[in-house]
Amino acid sequence: MSHAGTIDHHHDATTSTGIPNKKLFMWAFLASDCMFFGALISTHLIYRLHSPPGSPVVSKIFSIELTSFSTFILLMSSLLMALAVNSLQKGLVKSTRHNLLGTIFFGLIFLGCQVYEFNHFVHEKDLTLSNSIFGSTFYTLTGTHGCHVAIGVLWLVLMYVRSFKPADPSRPWLARAFVHFFLFVITTVAGMATVLGLVHALHEHEPLVEFAGHNLLAIGTTIVGLTLLTWFGFSRQPVEFGEANAIDVESMGLYWHFVDIVWIVIFTVVYLLEYL
Amino acid sequence: MDTIAHASPHSHEAHAAEKRPWLFTRPTAKTGLVSWLTTVDHKRVGLMYGFSALFFFLVGGFEALLIRIQLAVPNNTFLQHQTYNELFTMHATTMIFLAVMPLSAAFFNYIMPLQIGARDVAFPRLNGFAFWVFLAGAIILNVGWFIRSSAPDIGWFGYAPLTSKAYSNQFAGDISTDLWVMGLQILGVSSVIGSLNFIVTIINLRAPGMTMMRLPVFTWMTLITAFLIILSFPAITIALVELMMDRNFDTGFFEISKGGLPILWQHLFWVFGHPEVYILILPAMGIISEILPTFARKPLFGYPIVVFSGASIGFLGFGVWSHHMFTTGMGAVATAAFSLATMAIAVPTGVKIFNWIGTLWNGHLKMTTPMMFALGFIWMFMIGGFSGVMHAAAPADAQQQDSYFVVAHFHYVLIGGSVFALLAGIHYWFPLIFGRKVSEFWGKLSFWVIFVGFNVTFFPMHFLGLNGMPRRTAVYDGNMGWNTPNFIATVGAFILGIGIAIYFAVMIYTYFKGTNAGRDPWDGRTLEWAIPNPPPEYNFAVTPTVHARDAFWYEKHHTDEITKEKVRHALAESAHGGIHMPSPSWFPLFTAIGMLIGSLFLANHNYTGAICGGVLTLLGAYLWAFEGPGGYHMHAEPEGSAKDSYTKH
Repeated sequence: MSHAGTIDHHHDATTSTGIPNKKLFMWAFLASDCMFFGALISTHLIYRLHSPPGSPVVSKIFSIELTSFSTFILLMSSLLMALAVNSLQKGLVKSTRHNLLGTIFFGLIFLGCQVYEFNHFVHEKDLTLSNSIFGSTFYTLTGTHGCHVAIGVLWLVLMYVRSFKPADPSRPWLARAFVHFFLFVITTVAGMATVLGLVHALHEHEPLVEFAGHNLLAIGTTIVGLTLLTWFGFSRQPVEFGEANAIDVESMGLYWHFVDIVWIVIFTVVYLLEYL
Repeated sequence: MDTIAHASPHSHEAHAAEKRPWLFTRPTAKTGLVSWLTTVDHKRVGLMYGFSALFFFLVGGFEALLIRIQLAVPNNTFLQHQTYNELFTMHATTMIFLAVMPLSAAFFNYIMPLQIGARDVAFPRLNGFAFWVFLAGAIILNVGWFIRSSAPDIGWFGYAPLTSKAYSNQFAGDISTDLWVMGLQILGVSSVIGSLNFIVTIINLRAPGMTMMRLPVFTWMTLITAFLIILSFPAITIALVELMMDRNFDTGFFEISKGGLPILWQHLFWVFGHPEVYILILPAMGIISEILPTFARKPLFGYPIVVFSGASIGFLGFGVWSHHMFTTGMGAVATAAFSLATMAIAVPTGVKIFNWIGTLWNGHLKMTTPMMFALGFIWMFMIGGFSGVMHAAAPADAQQQDSYFVVAHFHYVLIGGSVFALLAGIHYWFPLIFGRKVSEFWGKLSFWVIFVGFNVTFFPMHFLGLNGMPRRTAVYDGNMGWNTPNFIATVGAFILGIGIAIYFAVMIYTYFKGTNAGRDPWDGRTLEWAIPNPPPEYNFAVTPTVHARDAFWYEKHHTDEITKEKVRHALAESAHGGIHMPSPSWFPLFTAIGMLIGSLFLANHNYTGAICGGVLTLLGAYLWAFEGPGGYHMHAEPEGSAKDSYTKH
């Protein structure tokens, strides 16, 4: 698709209002999701106000440096998301792919931080889902947000894989798309396991050789997966994906930015308020 | 449905040429089981909602009759207390979530796109999905009847701590409460998805000239109800998630021993539960606002005020939830505020009643069966409204709380209100949907039997409540002075049952043997009457242009102008390739089955199975996305008959 600038991305003549259906749908869904997080955040705050005796001292559990870092990463992922929308509106498929990959990568860093944080809280700080009401509300709220990020990442990966669908409908692509997608998922999981294992090893001052020995499968899978993904990424055939799909990426972007904004609220209300 | 014959020969050629992967070959059947399982036609989805809702309406009614038999005489032993608890829980849950809401959804689906001059909803596959998910939720809720756990027994609002593991497990592995949690959760998904679709459809798919203030009132009420659904269901979703976490993963949201507050459940539940009341009644008000002008032969009196008061009811509906909790000790200020807000809702509701009376005033009333039900609605809904204002006063409510007075009140608004209007709507739109007209004699007879049975059942409950009879008791003593009204109520329930039986018997008879209705049998005012009946699958041969609020009325009185305009538009449309139709798809059903499997395993605390169901759901969603919207073109011929041309798309 090279006819950049021929599509009006701000007005859809086929609808009564000029707003594309997908965008309107996403806005209405986000209104609903606001209420969803509103109810969860309220639950958390109510139980912070009425915390039963024996509740943990929260500021001693949190690691505000780590959470600030992951918050920053998530905010930057929104920037990349916006760039992806912008690239596709100009018909630049390659640059869109790069920005999608960046968004995925930053989203995964955020999720990795959350996995590390949960693990750390459970094992080091003795905060579990069921041993205090704070644990119940904290894990449910931040976990639900994490699920939203994870769904966002899955959606981004699907969009990325879809961008390779060939323009010629007679070429087989479905099996290839499936392999590409599952490869992405497996590499992601293996990569996360590797990085989290590395962090653990550094914490425990374990020699790197020993770490590599323990995590051979994860490291190997990650390297092979990344190589194959790179090979999949170098596709020279013309693709169907183009400027007309900008609305799909834009709707996904609305979701991504919303999840990001919710995190700003959660970071403020759940984390920062504890330090007042 | 004369389009059926033309479908097959063309379609096979066209699909062979497309070379899509076999997985994505679009089904093309227009009759038979496959055509229903894969349908994306809003009218068929509407019919499926309607038939399922009527089935569950009969199930819920049967449960109600069992309850009334048990209460007919003091100290009755007809039912065990456990069964009684299951029956009142499932009667309410079924009637609200599986009968009235989907019956309203049936009308939203079938009628709303026709009223705005659209050919389908904005996301046709998503619409089919919403129905299949609804069916999955209905199955999960009712599956308990057939397994050892039996049906949920916690009351329809499932107050904590009744739902905690300590109180709701009669034996290890009793999953009735888990089924209730998952069932409602899945029904919520269906309602929210359906509503998002309706919102986009109403805002974006209006025919040219159909401005917002020209929308028929039923469509307006659909829009407001859809907003209520998407904004109120998240509260119960979260409440149910928290409850599920308590039951499956030992969290402490509603566990008193862990510092949980059961009152939080009540707040979250009623933040959803009160808007839900308006979700049940606003569509009914919309139907009434269509029927009254048609049979009073006058435009609706004060259209903008009716629309605005509907919106105010919806808005205020979010600020009154705590009036269900006056006796929980919220404090004087909160109680007073919620009391005042509740009374304030009586104002827009009263405004609507006066507008309906204004519509009838000086009209040339045609007393048809739908009109009888509509007039019955106004009267019965007012009685329910009056008792509603009575419990808006917190001190009075302290006396009426949890008594049969409340039972009388909400049955007056739900049966006298919602159900009367829905029965009116079925009669009113029956000729449009099936092309046959219901006999006036049998229709009116069913109305009077229902009307008498309803009042004989529920009016005595006001006295029972004021005399102190608590709701949800399986037995009462013979010396409380409650014997006669209870017996009368049971007799009334059977009269009501007979009325409903007559009503449906007449419908079934009419479907097979009724007289042909002919086009526009009621001399209607809105666009759905502009098309032949039963409607062709593309609805409008030419997309109508709207010139006035009562769009079809205007068309009938400006025939020359409209005919010329239609010819012009038909030419323009066929130059663009004809009528664009969405392709049917298997994936809505596939994805919904994934959800059904996952939820059943989750209710059984089997997480491997739940994850497998989740993966199936995800796979369905991915294939759905890869499949793409599809579509083909049809060419309408002047009256209803059409040829498919399956141009590649």
